[in-house]
Amino acid sequence: MDNDLFEILKELGISDPDELFDDIPQSIRTSTLGLPRGMTEDEIRKEALKLTSMNRTVNQMHSFLGFGLYNHYVPAAIGNIISRNEFLTSYTPYQPEISQGIMQALFEYQSVMAELLQMDVVNSSLYDSSTSLGEAIRMAGNITGKKEFLIPARMYETKKMVISNYVKGSGIRLKEYPFDGRGMADLLFIRDNLNENTAGIYVEYPNMFGIIDENVRKVKEIIGQERIFVAGVNPISLGVLSPPGSLGADIVVGEGQALGLGLNFGGPLLGIFATRMEYVRKVPGRIIGAAEDENGKPAFAMILQTREQHIRREKAISNITSNEALMSIASLAYLSLLGDSGMKRIGEINMGRTQKLMDISREFGVKLPYAGSPVFNEFLLNINCSRTFVAGIAKKLDLIPGYYLGKEYGFSNRNEVNLVVNVTERNTDEDFDAYREFLGKVS
Amino acid sequence: MYHQAVYDEPLIMNLKGRRTLKLPGEDEKLDPRIPESMARKGIGIGDREEFTVIRHFTRLSQMNFGVDTDFYPLGSCTMKYNPKINDEIASLEGFRYIHPYQDENDVQGALKLMYELTENLKKITGMDAVTLQPLAGAQGEFTGLSIVRAYFQDVGELDRRREVIVPDSAHGSNPASAAMAGFTAVEIPSNEDGTVNIEKFKEAVTDRTAAFMITNPNTLGIFEHNIVEMAEYAHSKGAFLYYDGANLNGIMTKTTPAKMGFDIVHLNLHKTFSTPHGGGGPGDGPVGVVERLKDYLPTPLITYDGKYHLNCNIPKTIGKVASFYGNFGVLVRAWTYIKMMGEDGLREACERAVANSNYMKKKMEKLMPVPGKSLKKHEFVASSHNDGLPKAMDIAKHLINNGVHAPTIYFPLIVPEALMIEPTESATKREMDKFIETVESAIKLDHATLEKEPTNLKITRINDVDASRNPRPTYRVQRSKEKI
Repeated sequence: MDNDLFEILKELGISDPDELFDDIPQSIRTSTLGLPRGMTEDEIRKEALKLTSMNRTVNQMHSFLGFGLYNHYVPAAIGNIISRNEFLTSYTPYQPEISQGIMQALFEYQSVMAELLQMDVVNSSLYDSSTSLGEAIRMAGNITGKKEFLIPARMYETKKMVISNYVKGSGIRLKEYPFDGRGMADLLFIRDNLNENTAGIYVEYPNMFGIIDENVRKVKEIIGQERIFVAGVNPISLGVLSPPGSLGADIVVGEGQALGLGLNFGGPLLGIFATRMEYVRKVPGRIIGAAEDENGKPAFAMILQTREQHIRREKAISNITSNEALMSIASLAYLSLLGDSGMKRIGEINMGRTQKLMDISREFGVKLPYAGSPVFNEFLLNINCSRTFVAGIAKKLDLIPGYYLGKEYGFSNRNEVNLVVNVTERNTDEDFDAYREFLGKVS
Repeated sequence: MYHQAVYDEPLIMNLKGRRTLKLPGEDEKLDPRIPESMARKGIGIGDREEFTVIRHFTRLSQMNFGVDTDFYPLGSCTMKYNPKINDEIASLEGFRYIHPYQDENDVQGALKLMYELTENLKKITGMDAVTLQPLAGAQGEFTGLSIVRAYFQDVGELDRRREVIVPDSAHGSNPASAAMAGFTAVEIPSNEDGTVNIEKFKEAVTDRTAAFMITNPNTLGIFEHNIVEMAEYAHSKGAFLYYDGANLNGIMTKTTPAKMGFDIVHLNLHKTFSTPHGGGGPGDGPVGVVERLKDYLPTPLITYDGKYHLNCNIPKTIGKVASFYGNFGVLVRAWTYIKMMGEDGLREACERAVANSNYMKKKMEKLMPVPGKSLKKHEFVASSHNDGLPKAMDIAKHLINNGVHAPTIYFPLIVPEALMIEPTESATKREMDKFIETVESAIKLDHATLEKEPTNLKITRINDVDASRNPRPTYRVQRSKEKI
């Protein structure tokens, strides 16, 4: 027993710390949980290296796998910034005077993201893009008092599962709209299916197939002022594509992972959530606002906390408390490092390289459905071979040729393969050569 | 005397210069074919040098306070030390550069880690199955209650069972999660000693009850000794018992939620299992359930049959609550922590946390009342309500002015002028004594001086009323309001 503990127990008048648990009835005490003995740092390091050797990273392969999580370049400075102990090991800034550093950083995230999206209000983060959409639909119901919400029939099934859980308690029904012949939101269907119960609509650009949906420009006009237009974006595309704020979006959601967060087997991520100023009091989650201290000095504070669970309890807008604050700072660092010129250029590189791979694909005569539609950094590729055959060829080439669309997306023909192929700035000439070889064997 | 760094640091978008960061493909000749109709003109965040960015964030970090700065006894938040090896392991390339949609064969190491973490959390909670998917404690609550909802829908009782019972001392997220999952929260009062009033509890539990949510030890740091009786009563009425794991550090290894009779448990990896909280997140909120609810867990679960699988074959699954499989970077850290601690280490952590808490309680009750039963677990609540004591807010500001983080204040709501103190195991006697001395000095200070604190930090107290009455959530909004 160390001296500190000895002193503490002496003060408490006991000799064995187990006496402090005498209030737990004997009948429910545990003698052992059956966990193994502890390890040293050096042992755990070796154990972890054993595990990582059982993984093959995207750096060891030619990866064209995206589908909601992207293999983008992560600048070294980001890891450095979010490893600063004062940020990393702090809690939610409940004492603002001693936490101005992280509060300024979160305000900057909200402000820089607001410029990128051209929206007035951004919260300091939600968990991921799926839960951001879930909260957005709940908010649309809350604003309009209406119970039906339109979503695209073609979107990630995972996202659909999350939002259907998020709306269950609110009584909102989800109704699906199809794509038109160009792989974009079917505006005629949407116009015909609006009724007095429609709370709003969700449209994403790029969408599940990577297509830049040009119809988003007309959505707000079609649904009208009284309904909520929720736009889904990939923030890394917004250096080159029109921001949702200029397209009439009422709420914007997106996945911040592309902005310097890395893959990490799917988490932590960053749920982006933005809206217009008139709805600021309906926003889920934490917001850091500009403020003044009692001497009039500029400061930052958690604002509108009466929306939140620790004040409003059952009547809170959302139950969220822990969020993804550190990931907001990572994406802020990314946006700061790239700036206007870098965000424009990263968009051009992603689009340009994707076009390059599409051109290569055309050379081999494989089918590119929706070929006339503009895409960001993903496209749909159709191969007339079985999945077993295609996967076998890819494996030999150390290639992940894309995401295989299955019957959950309506692709059930066993004699063809439909891939969503993602190209980023991290794909090298060798990756392109591998893809060429792959196409040569499957086309 | 304590002084925090003070910079008049401009907002990052006002630090403009040239971009020094070079992108892959920076100089490549490419034809991006941006559609004219959707092409963007201008962004408005400016360019700057990498060194400008690093200096900016370094300065901001110096105006912040974490567990690594000093003692951080924030009640119910379990601000224990975050071992640095956790971060090193999580940053290994073999964990960072893998994609959740890769072939299972290529991510066996990641799946094995998740499987082992799941198994260890099962042992710690006594639950029969665990999902790692929920991304925070509150999402764990939502997941657990969604499972309850699915179960009662399945057995045809959902129309009737619309109520979730919570004690008035519960964390605010409990009733908020209940509402989000479509239930009505019913609050029941506590006894004088801070435990659940068992008569009121029995009156509240009926055939309309879906679940009873409680944290044990409760938010006053008291072990609810009637827990077995409450569990049996709730079960006899067909309701489930939900364990809010925020306070697990107070009983870990001494008993388990399963032994107490709970059916559903969420854990906060960023509290009990030492993963850093990052100024608000990321965390992770695994959920464990008993056998009867196993088939309702979110998809996929990790299973093992000589090989590790992402198993989507869960008969009555509620579907998903998050895009992928959980905050993997957080899971790696918690896996590391549990493996390094082992059972003995976890027991010692719990014992030390509880010893520290009782030590501080004994010192604090010489200064002000500490309501509830005498023996505490990991935390306790002091009340500076009477005897001309300073307000909880003033004591908190005096503490931060002297380089110690304040406790959680004004919570739980049932204690007036509450100071909720949780030292965790990561505190020395010297640090705890300094905290007590600092509270003592606040009591001795005249109110006028005290109310002007903090004076050693970047700013003094915030004008909160104006900040929310005139909300400026972004620089865009702030600028436009200044123009008017």
